Amino acid sequence: MRVPISWLAEYVDLPTNASIADIHAALVKVGLEEEGSHDFDLTGPIVVGQVLEFVEEPQSNGKTIRWCQVRVAPEGRLAADGGADVRGIVCGARNFEVGDKVVVTLPGAVLPGGFAIAARKTYGHVSDGMIASARELGLGDDHDGILRLVTLGLDPEVGTDAIALLGLDDEAVEVNVTPDRGYAFSVRGIAREYSHSTGAPFRDPVERVTPVAGTGFPVAIHDEAPIRGRVGATVFITRVVRGVDPTRPSPPWLVSRLKLAGIRSISLIVDITNYVMLEFGQPIHGYDLDALQGGIVVRRAAEGETLETLDGQTRTLHPEDLLITDDRGPIGLAGVMGGASTEISDQTRNVLIESANFDPVSIARTARRHKLPSEASRRFERGVDPKVAQPAAARVVELLETLAGGTADGLGSVHHEHPELGAILLPFGYVQRLVGVDFTPDDIARSLAEIGSTVEENAAGFEVHPPSWRPDLVDKASLAEEVARIVGYDRIPSVLPVAPPGRGLTVSQVTRRRTADVLAAGGLTEVLAYPFLSAAQNRAFGSADDTEVPAIRVANPLDAEAALLRTSLLPGLIDIARRNLSRGLTDLALFELGLVFRPEAGRRYGQDALPVGAALPSDDELGELHAGIPPQPRHVGVLLLGNAVDKQPGQPAVPVGVADALDVVRLLESALAVDLRVETGRHKSLHPGRTAEIFVETAAGSTSVGFAGELLPALAHELDLPRVVAVAELDLDALIAAAGSTIDVAPISGFPAATQDLSLVVAADVPAGDVRRAVAEGAGELLESIRLVDDYRGAGLPDASKSLTFALRFRAPDRTLTAAEASDAKLAGAATAAERFAATVRE
Amino acid sequence: MSEPIAITEQAVSDAVDAALAALADATDSAGLRAVRTEHAGEHSPLAGFNAAIKSLPGDQKAAAGKLVGQARARVNQAIATRETEVVALEEARRLADEAVDVTAVATRRRIGARHPLSLLQDRIADIFVGMGWEVAEGPEVESEWFNFDALNFDADHPARAMQDTFFIDPPESHLVLRTHTSPVQVRSLLERDLPVYVIAPGRVYRTDELDATHTPVFSQVEGIAIDKGLTMAHLRGTLEHFARQMFGEEAKIRLRPNYFPFTEPSAEMDVWQPNAKGGARWVEWGGCGMVNPNVLRSAGIDPDEYSGFAFGMGIERTLQFRNDLNDMRDMVEGDVRFSQQFGMVV
Repeated sequence: MRVPISWLAEYVDLPTNASIADIHAALVKVGLEEEGSHDFDLTGPIVVGQVLEFVEEPQSNGKTIRWCQVRVAPEGRLAADGGADVRGIVCGARNFEVGDKVVVTLPGAVLPGGFAIAARKTYGHVSDGMIASARELGLGDDHDGILRLVTLGLDPEVGTDAIALLGLDDEAVEVNVTPDRGYAFSVRGIAREYSHSTGAPFRDPVERVTPVAGTGFPVAIHDEAPIRGRVGATVFITRVVRGVDPTRPSPPWLVSRLKLAGIRSISLIVDITNYVMLEFGQPIHGYDLDALQGGIVVRRAAEGETLETLDGQTRTLHPEDLLITDDRGPIGLAGVMGGASTEISDQTRNVLIESANFDPVSIARTARRHKLPSEASRRFERGVDPKVAQPAAARVVELLETLAGGTADGLGSVHHEHPELGAILLPFGYVQRLVGVDFTPDDIARSLAEIGSTVEENAAGFEVHPPSWRPDLVDKASLAEEVARIVGYDRIPSVLPVAPPGRGLTVSQVTRRRTADVLAAGGLTEVLAYPFLSAAQNRAFGSADDTEVPAIRVANPLDAEAALLRTSLLPGLIDIARRNLSRGLTDLALFELGLVFRPEAGRRYGQDALPVGAALPSDDELGELHAGIPPQPRHVGVLLLGNAVDKQPGQPAVPVGVADALDVVRLLESALAVDLRVETGRHKSLHPGRTAEIFVETAAGSTSVGFAGELLPALAHELDLPRVVAVAELDLDALIAAAGSTIDVAPISGFPAATQDLSLVVAADVPAGDVRRAVAEGAGELLESIRLVDDYRGAGLPDASKSLTFALRFRAPDRTLTAAEASDAKLAGAATAAERFAATVRE
Repeated sequence: MSEPIAITEQAVSDAVDAALAALADATDSAGLRAVRTEHAGEHSPLAGFNAAIKSLPGDQKAAAGKLVGQARARVNQAIATRETEVVALEEARRLADEAVDVTAVATRRRIGARHPLSLLQDRIADIFVGMGWEVAEGPEVESEWFNFDALNFDADHPARAMQDTFFIDPPESHLVLRTHTSPVQVRSLLERDLPVYVIAPGRVYRTDELDATHTPVFSQVEGIAIDKGLTMAHLRGTLEHFARQMFGEEAKIRLRPNYFPFTEPSAEMDVWQPNAKGGARWVEWGGCGMVNPNVLRSAGIDPDEYSGFAFGMGIERTLQFRNDLNDMRDMVEGDVRFSQQFGMVV
């Protein structure tokens, strides 16, 4: 809400020379946060001038300019800039006559946008100033020509300061009005709040008018489908004003106040309705009475009914839309926007004023449904004081009479069936217990009275009747806030509560933090990607095989191409890698811990109807709420590209590859204290020969938890990535769940170890890891460690075979092993490998 | 057969001198080995003298034995001494050879980094865990009931429309990307026994285009305490304790009236940041208030028995003013240079 200071000062005393900052400081104390300030952004000298004579001079560019002599100060006196009283000024406009009073910006003036005026040479003359248009002064959009003061009904003395004359010296504060405070969308409300903050006397604009109840204009409220049981229109006041002069201009103070408040001047009648809306917070609609057919009926729309609104759009109406209708049909979308057929025009002479109170929910839904947020709907949605409708109508009548020459003839109507706000019992001690301040009963009663409530004391506490403009005061907590706010939040002391003993972070939380720390210590940099992805990205990474996994879709995405929620972390890591590459960072090791969204195929989540708020749902309802949430497991993803080690003196570059991805898997194995198994894997977006599927081993068996490998080179190419991009993605929640709560520990044997090597010849396509596992299982408990030390292929071996050499270390817990025992164990291992893979021992 | 060796003093002395001279020339282990073989080995002159002793007449044996024995001892002693010297010399040469320019040795391990937003969340969690609070979590795709209805956002209230919500398709399913971490408040109250003291850090979503001060995906930390007898004074006390851990002992909190559907009274909180670059200042930090009775009712808690407070602040915003960062985009784009400035510390 923007409030011009001159306007505010009409209704509350401001200190002399109060600055914008002072006013903001006072308003923020009562909860109206500073949003900014506005002024006309110009400085003088800007004066009233009179055109003495001009010569038209056609130019080579086809334009005709006028070389004018303009009086800018009374004869014989110096002008405001210290110069001569008559100036030669070049003017491109031709909408004026000799003798017209105009606005002259003299050299030294600065117009909006930093446009500095100076005497300058143009079209063969020195133009010693400028004759301004309304737009150049920031007063409006009219740029048809220069501003002739007679059109504003003004005939000031030559040399008068035009800045003050036109109200261009006013400024406005802009504050954020929270959605519970509809009444603060008015000068009345802001002035009242300023008074609460500073104690300065408040003069209610309502009291400056004496409403007259009009009679004789037929109005009927026929709401046959109230929303949530609330009738759409509870107050409907009409007044008729006849004989307005549509050619009269809006006076400058009206135009400049509207402009500072953010509303463009349109015509005197419309400006008056807007002015009163800003002043009282009551949206006003004006109808061209002569275009109206019969009386007014307020009702809900019929299915398929249409209405052409003021903006020229024909809208198909919804049965919930509340309408203003006449004998011919809809003439307005109640509280949102008027209709085109009865619009006020420059021919309008007789005006019907509507000052009504509509149900906030009805208006909110209609404004949203038709995407028509308006100044009116914004106020109705937040609640308009029902008691302000009649005074506001009277204020419009008054302005139409004094400014537009109209006459109110007593025709009108009054419908007022707005329910009174209920009384709230505020028990003694409640406010103190909630706010933690030792308020006296007097503090409480006085604060509540100050905001307009009536307060009666009874045996249990205060019975509080909130003022009509505060429908947000619905319970004792809201009254406690008012007391705290009016007395001041500064009074609240600082007391640190003692929580009961806590259990610290959960195992999952500690594990995730450790996982991130370990990965960072392992050389990877943590990133946090947006979780939005395209259908193509989901196809590539949502699943390993050719099935396309379902993904959750955002109904209103910022980017229609990325409307899905991620099913994998890899697309986000790839996007971030591409961004880094584009910035010249060619060696990357990234990781992310984050949620992925994995709806089950064919399953519909959420629910059509929700339990109401402010009450505990039933167990069934809660069960449905929980079941309606799609699975969102936490994954860990990594991506590496470029070099793992840079080329340096004595150190060749080491490019990344699948080995780096598997190193990360081993880091995770240690960080998470799980047992992982690497197997040859298949994933449609990974290199077919360089893909590992990772399994976690638990007592319950072995479960796939993800993949590690290199991106399919063709895919990497398509993504403008280098050929080798190592990636891994594991289900972190599954890993955390698989980790045992305690680690099984074996005693450490101090007896000597026996080490032996074993070379086995197997077919070249047998994974070494499988052979190693076979040897380990066959060798039994004496085997302490087994390590693959060589993979030989070539001379001395059959075709398509390889020789794998393992270094074995044996140890017994209770004795020194003999060489024979170790050899027997080794051969037992070889036998298992022979059985499974036809491995032969190579001597 | 060769001539019998004559053991003369001169001959023995010459042999010793020759050995000592050769030793002096030996500067490495190989040279030393050669000297040992030549002058103290079994074919050395002194060994020859020693062997010849047994052929001498009996009365000469003692004198000759003493002469040769002393000579051999002298040579062996000299070899041992020289050996120590040579080992030291060789080690010195080796150390010289092994010297590298430590200002230019190859780096082999890359250094990673945590994201400062995660680190800051960890730091905040530690502060509250230290006070006995626990850390609660919830889903990011959330039911509107938890995100709005249970938090006293009426379906038709403008506050709900002002949340700039991402809705999940189809909208009739009433699922959203949570617009704040507040649904975790309700979940915590439903799941936990009273009293409850929890914070809920996490990701939230609003339909703002990314620019220097907005991001559609950001993180918040929310706190809620429900107990008997909690007041706004406890809220201020908790926030001030938190602020002091974050910004130093002189930090303090200022409350200004505001509106949130889920708190009443509600307040905007400013923090006095004593360590700000460019001088101490008040900074807008977040929102807070006493939990609205309707929120307690949604969780089946009697508001006449229990009361409590809640607060929330943006992690990005906190990082922004704490570390004097200008552009929100640096936090979300994933440029590794950003996180690497922080390393493992925020």
